[in-house]
Amino acid sequence: MSVARFWRKIPQRYNLIGTVCKTCGRHFFPPRSFCPDCRRSGEIVEYKFKGTGTVVTHTIIRTASDQFEDLTPYALAIIKLDEGPRITAQIVCTPEDVKIGMRVKGTFRRIAADGASGVIYYGTKYVPDE
Amino acid sequence: MRDVAVIGIGCTPFGEKWGSSFRDLFVEAGTLALDDANLSGEDIDAMYVGNMSAGRFIEQEHIGALIADYSGLSTRHIPSTRVEAACASGGLSFRQAVIAVASGMEDIVVAAGVEKMTDVGTGASVDALAGAADREWEGFVGATFPGLYAMIATDYMSRYPLTREQLAQVAVKNHYNGARNPIAQFQQEITIDTVLRSSLVADPLRLFDCSPITDGAAAVIVAPLDRAREFTDTPIRVLASEQASDTITLHDRRDISTLDATVAAGQRAFKTARITPKEIDLVEVHDCFTIAEICAIEDLGFCKKGEAGMLTMEGVTALNGDLPVNTSGGLKACGHPVGATGIKQVYEIVTQLRGDAKGRQIDGAKIGMTHNVGGTGATVAVHIFGV
Ligand SMILES: [Zn+2]
Repeated sequence: MSVARFWRKIPQRYNLIGTVCKTCGRHFFPPRSFCPDCRRSGEIVEYKFKGTGTVVTHTIIRTASDQFEDLTPYALAIIKLDEGPRITAQIVCTPEDVKIGMRVKGTFRRIAADGASGVIYYGTKYVPDE
Repeated sequence: MRDVAVIGIGCTPFGEKWGSSFRDLFVEAGTLALDDANLSGEDIDAMYVGNMSAGRFIEQEHIGALIADYSGLSTRHIPSTRVEAACASGGLSFRQAVIAVASGMEDIVVAAGVEKMTDVGTGASVDALAGAADREWEGFVGATFPGLYAMIATDYMSRYPLTREQLAQVAVKNHYNGARNPIAQFQQEITIDTVLRSSLVADPLRLFDCSPITDGAAAVIVAPLDRAREFTDTPIRVLASEQASDTITLHDRRDISTLDATVAAGQRAFKTARITPKEIDLVEVHDCFTIAEICAIEDLGFCKKGEAGMLTMEGVTALNGDLPVNTSGGLKACGHPVGATGIKQVYEIVTQLRGDAKGRQIDGAKIGMTHNVGGTGATVAVHIFGV
């Protein structure tokens, strides 16, 4: 991923900045500037997610693309954030320990290194929170 | 709208074709289709080509013009259009050709699909295929394509009584069919043990749950039904051509284990064709992973959610079952050159409805269906065919 493309999303990737529709209370991550339920009557404002949630489903990645190969095997999950939206993220723990329903919380970690450019990408991974 | 028929079909053998270039592959498939319809290039009004990622796989874009040129049609200046929807590129290419003919805009139209995947290494192809999902919010955090389907499998198996052996039986059945298909990449039968002993790719999916990386091309020719007999004694009618979309990410779906786009496209197709699932004699579904075939059978309405694994184990979806699924060997055994797969599915159904499928022929097959998925279900194309 290009440096510019990554930097553009730093507020979301580092600090879990999304949005909330004040009209209906629905939260969006990644942020949306238009509420699909309220459309034009929705009032959208920035919202910093708490970073806590529950594992919905998961896997252990054992074959990855070149950028992630040095991390394998690693746990990957779909997490339902407590405010509602679901996201896909890595879980940092013994991969076999991840279970559906497990509580997790966000933590700032290295995501990947781009071998060609030498750039190291950071973002949010999750750790068990029990 | 005019009725549309398939009048010619062609398909290269699928596999790791070290000796064949991208151009060699689609020229071979196109020539076979033209010969099958007793046509020459002079008769073609337009072309569509499904291709997911030639830019990543062979660093070539502008595929529409390229295939028209190397098909010897540059001096005729026909419209030639690339269609892209990840692994559903072929299905959408076919649908564009059907729409062109049905609308009356064109008469004789080629729908092709091609992918040359083995010129890059495994890591590069895994990354290119991850582009079928959301690069920003899935790929960036380390989600691979098998990893996303693995999370469907984990969710599914936590909610329905699907066993690991039932999942493996999907691959066993498809390899059995592939062993009876001369164009299939894998022509060896396997056992449940073969699947369960293969290496884990993304838990619970193992290597033999996954479709392979494949080179190949397929082409079919469509024409107005009322002209079809000029070209062939066995025109196959297109009874429905439907397409649906859904969220690009898996995590935003209403239900992780249900492909709502499959449900929508399937329901529309049955309505358009004015038939019910019971009337389908055979179906080619998008089994990029074993779990995908399980979901497809259910989401298309052939059985209730949670039943497909048991039905697979009972042989209902086998060649001699009530609903043969993936007689070609499917993506699993026939191979999955992503842009070509949707056209190969049409090739297989037409071959079966003509009665030309030899060792894997479904006797008396009259109505067949194809189901082609892009990504983890963000695009789905469903077609129904009849004799
Ligand atoms: Zn709202």
